[in-house]
Amino acid sequence: MYACSKNEKAIAPEATTISFEIPANFPVPTYNFDDNKLTNAGFALGKKLFYDARLSADNSVSCGSCHQQFAAFANLDHKVSHGVNNCQGKRNAPPLFNLAWQKAFFWDGGVKNIETSPLNAITDACEMGTDIERIITSLKGTAPYPDLFKQAFGSDEITSQKILKSIAQFTAVLVSGNSKYDKVMRKENGFNFSSVELAGYNLFKEKCASCHAEPLFTDFSYRSNGLDVVSADEGRSTITGVNTDFGTFRVPTLRNIEYTGPYMHDGRFYSLDEVLEHYNSGVKAAGNLDSRLKNGVPLNASEKEQIKAFLKTLTDNEFLKNTLYNES
Amino acid sequence: MKTSQYLLALLCPIILLSSCKKSDDEITANPKSSFTIEFEHQVNGAVLALNTTTYKNAKGEDFKINVFKYYVSNIRLSKADGTAYLVPESYYLIDESKSESKFITINKVPTGDYTKIEYTIGVDYALNFAGAQTGALDPINGMFWTWNSGYIFVKLEGTSPQSTAANNALTFHIGGVIDPNNTIRTFSTEINAANPLRVRTDAKPDVHFIVNAASLFTGKTDISFSALNFTMGGANSVIVADNYTKGLFRLDHIHN
Ligand code: HEC
Ligand code: HEC
Repeated sequence: MYACSKNEKAIAPEATTISFEIPANFPVPTYNFDDNKLTNAGFALGKKLFYDARLSADNSVSCGSCHQQFAAFANLDHKVSHGVNNCQGKRNAPPLFNLAWQKAFFWDGGVKNIETSPLNAITDACEMGTDIERIITSLKGTAPYPDLFKQAFGSDEITSQKILKSIAQFTAVLVSGNSKYDKVMRKENGFNFSSVELAGYNLFKEKCASCHAEPLFTDFSYRSNGLDVVSADEGRSTITGVNTDFGTFRVPTLRNIEYTGPYMHDGRFYSLDEVLEHYNSGVKAAGNLDSRLKNGVPLNASEKEQIKAFLKTLTDNEFLKNTLYNES
Repeated sequence: MKTSQYLLALLCPIILLSSCKKSDDEITANPKSSFTIEFEHQVNGAVLALNTTTYKNAKGEDFKINVFKYYVSNIRLSKADGTAYLVPESYYLIDESKSESKFITINKVPTGDYTKIEYTIGVDYALNFAGAQTGALDPINGMFWTWNSGYIFVKLEGTSPQSTAANNALTFHIGGVIDPNNTIRTFSTEINAANPLRVRTDAKPDVHFIVNAASLFTGKTDISFSALNFTMGGANSVIVADNYTKGLFRLDHIHN
């Protein structure tokens, strides 16, 4: 009894009750916390781990250094290890939100569960087991972690499973569904597209939505949008071993796109203007180029401005500035 | 998996306090017992010794083994009348460097005479894609690929003068569950009906398997280490899995 009340004082519980909110215009999520009961204590622990550099293979970076909230938890990344002889080189860190709707993770869909997604970052592919052991030992010896694990899972025993489940309580709760676009779609009072945004939305539906499908702005398929004639990164075929998947990558979401640059799997474009110019004039005849892009997507200057105006309605400031998610 | 364990932990005292009578009845109605399986590691009939002994593959090339570990899961026992018992939650990681891992005990098996034993070499499809696991499936065991979800089913590392890889390394990490590179294999062996696996409340039999590590390199395709010395999933892993499907395990005897 005494120990309990002491713990509560030592670690201030989250002020708000953490909940997983499904926006009214979203489909049914894939991850539903059935095997990972969402609690304030679990979320708080997951968030603390997310911002702790003890979790990386060499203690140098935290999840939060590569996934930054002001960038919708995206960032240009340095190399992420993909194992001996299997290096994928530089990949751009994808934003982290609406992950509960994803069935696969990473640009090539190699990871299949949100709970196991952090493993690649926290371990060296060759030394994985030892890395996890080292992290567990370090957390065991660092207050207040044992108490936090006890509050979240009922025992202060620390396992990789509890680490991963608590991180998933943080990452799966990150939902972005309060952009201007969402409010217009949900017909919330006073929200309407401007005429430029509306023109952009219509162009988007015609030219982009077949891949960047509403409301998540991706159909989760793997395609080539013609960045290179021969892709330096094998992409999806590393996972499937199928030639027709060579150089294809997951269609990325475009929510919060204003803040998630640089763009594409290797972060090659620094602005939306460059992206739109790619679709207009830069699409290369890659072997597996998606047939819809055979002739690129011709866009004149005013059409580009309209699409850009629409893309900016996908910015969700409530999400980007939500203090529940920042390092505190 | 975990939730049910917690539930059990919570329920246990209640069961002990309130239902002694009932569980007694259950035991007489449906008696259960246990048996053990021993995995004896060899290389073409010689004892497997890590790091020291030099062996030869089917091509006559020398090699040493530094790491040898693999998963056995979903153990299924059948009786002569065709009825079968699937051992629930049966996931085992057998590791040459951990001698205790080479003896596994299967508990709560309905008593009877079993004439066939089957299991998956590796981990079934669903658990390759499931959330964070613990126990034998904990990624801490170094048998989980982090960039391409799924377990390494069989891991053999070593050296061979013929290997063209850095430090003459041999790296055979076999796994992957998606066609065309699905490496899930099932091992199945009949047990002589004259001496079946007799699970009895008063006897705990021991099943003894010989496990031949060299079976990775022969059987269907003889592997030369100059041509193949590294695989982590993909088409080459399929070649290795097709080799060991038949030759990895051999039922040696059963002590009843
Ligand atoms: C060194 C930078 C870096 C660090 C540190 C890092 N990540 Fe990542 N993260 C990436 C990159 C790059 C990818 C994409 C990898 C790929 O596609 O191959 C990624 C992908 C992900 C994904 C999948 C997102 C998607 O949409 O597919 C999740 C979830 C994730 N990281 C969570 C985490 C967590 C949790 C941590 C801390 C334990 C973490 N990351 C630490 C760079 C990083
Ligand atoms: C044939 C499917 C397809 C169509 C049509 C398409 N895209 Fe893409 N888009 C992709 C793929 C695939 C990627 C990721 C490519 C990569 O990184 O290799 C991508 C990437 C992007 C990115 C970068 C996102 C990020 O986070 O890095 C933006 C922005 C983008 N597309 C906008 C558009 C716009 C605007 C249109 C319409 C003019 C459009 N796309 C049409 C498939 C498509």
